[in-house]
Amino acid sequence: MARRAMTYGRGGPLVYLVALAVVALTLGPVLYGALGGFRSNEQLARDPAALPDPWLLRNYEGVLGNPDFWQYALNSTAIALITTAVAVLAGVMAAYPLARYQFRFREPLFLVFVLGLLFPAAVAIVPLFILVTRDLQLGNTWWGVALPQAAFALPTTVVILRPFLMALPKEVEEAAMIDGASRIGIFWRIALPLSMPGLVTVGVLAFVASWNAYLLPLLLLQGEMRTLPLGVADFSTEHSADTAGVLAFTTIAMIPALVLFLAMQRRIVGGLQGAVKG
Amino acid sequence: MTSQGAVTAADPGAAVTRRADARRVTGRSGRGTGRPGRDRGRKRLEILFFVAPALALMAIFVVYPVFSAARMSFYRWKGFGPMVDFVGLQNYVRVLADDVFTDAVVHNFVIVFASILVQLPLGLALALLLNRRIRGRGLLRTIIFVPYVLAEVIAGVVWFQLLQPRSGLLETMLTSVGFPVPEQGFLGTPDLALATVFVVLTWKYLGLAVLLFLAGLQGVPDELHEAAQLDGASWWQAQRRIAIPLLAPTIRTWCFLSMIGSLQLFDMVWILTGGGPANATTTMATYLVSQGTQRSNFGIAGAASVVLFLIGFALAVAYQFLVLRRDTEADT
Repeated sequence: MARRAMTYGRGGPLVYLVALAVVALTLGPVLYGALGGFRSNEQLARDPAALPDPWLLRNYEGVLGNPDFWQYALNSTAIALITTAVAVLAGVMAAYPLARYQFRFREPLFLVFVLGLLFPAAVAIVPLFILVTRDLQLGNTWWGVALPQAAFALPTTVVILRPFLMALPKEVEEAAMIDGASRIGIFWRIALPLSMPGLVTVGVLAFVASWNAYLLPLLLLQGEMRTLPLGVADFSTEHSADTAGVLAFTTIAMIPALVLFLAMQRRIVGGLQGAVKG
Repeated sequence: MTSQGAVTAADPGAAVTRRADARRVTGRSGRGTGRPGRDRGRKRLEILFFVAPALALMAIFVVYPVFSAARMSFYRWKGFGPMVDFVGLQNYVRVLADDVFTDAVVHNFVIVFASILVQLPLGLALALLLNRRIRGRGLLRTIIFVPYVLAEVIAGVVWFQLLQPRSGLLETMLTSVGFPVPEQGFLGTPDLALATVFVVLTWKYLGLAVLLFLAGLQGVPDELHEAAQLDGASWWQAQRRIAIPLLAPTIRTWCFLSMIGSLQLFDMVWILTGGGPANATTTMATYLVSQGTQRSNFGIAGAASVVLFLIGFALAVAYQFLVLRRDTEADT
């Protein structure tokens, strides 16, 4: 009641002006890409800042009619799905005893995962390349990229999920135990469903990270096994003269991660907040 | 990040392992007899069952390659045949004597400090702004996070187009208002390239800072603001005396994440400049990737990896010791 009457903390015109500038700066490059895709190279050269006139669909049609694009999109999707499934399953399994068992090496074990946050993929990239291609014979395959990506996604997953699992009410588990459920049964039938919001958060994070990954796919995948980011980078160097085509390709490649993020936004933010506070 | 607080109920293991279904884990049959030794064994097996997949993945794809990079760093090896040509610390000497690498270290640290000096105040200001009750606040928060969701490569390709010398939108706009534009473009001029990369990085990552700070600000109780207002404090005084100090732990966490990210910088640089012009934007990661994959100098790449890791590790330990420790001390 009282809060409503207060002017304190409200936005004045200046605040809205700043906000508007921020929106313009943030969305400007994205809109430039999306609009540029509707233009011809000749239009772009004549006046880079103008709106499309006339609006052309041929660049976007060209991308959507390009079989390579669909192959890259399929690869990206498959790799991201495998990464997400492996990272979330292994991650929640590891987080479970770290949250709900008492044992001597619990904190040291958790520290292993926290330290994992410090290992940049770049440090291990050359041996990782040799390991995957030579020792595991998984070079140029979906699994060869997905498994290392899942491993690098694990620390974040475990660190975010642990407080989530800790917060589950212990009464539910105790009741299940009295009813004769096993620890695995409790994990499967109680802990997993109850921690679903957390799982969605880490799942989306792992998916987007995998979808956006560049370095590891760059080294491990060639030809038609490549993912969308590699496809975008290649397309932009190979068709450097066709700016409008590059912008169309890039814009379409942005869409899946953006849509996924917008759909899951609340959950991601909630998960991150939990992780920061914890 | 560890909160010891609401941990498990009194040791659940003892109660559970008596249950018949524990067989599934242990593979043993027969109900537990309640002997403490066997219960402990079952509990260990259960823990192992849960943790094993994650540990195996980490061991194979994180720990082993890191150690393998360390081993590689002591050999001269071109990637063919067995690794036999042991050269001791020679690769390290070569890496540390290589101006390209030492410049790369400097570039990484320039990005570390620039992030803290520029992105922190900017992110803080925007978070405080977006924390006010303004119309369309939710939409604003979403919009500011959009660049963060895009792949660095994809964002990089768009920015590369924007920054094209002469034909790019940015130069055309700047020229039309009479702003002096460098001959070779912003990315092609050695003195400006790193700063330009930093601007693009700021565009990309400011949203994360704002989001984290907003999350932290939600922990500031409204009553504090109201009390401050009743005491006649201005909005800015309230922010400076109440909101920002309460945000300190979040700020320290962000600084840590930002430092680690800045040290690992690769994608954006690779796309925008490839480390050029004249190595003006090389980072430790682009250096080791180009040594390892383009020149097959695996020993050099290994040594550079180890140096990168050690720098990151030292920074993390120092930060933990000097800065983050305050958070835990404040708690106790």
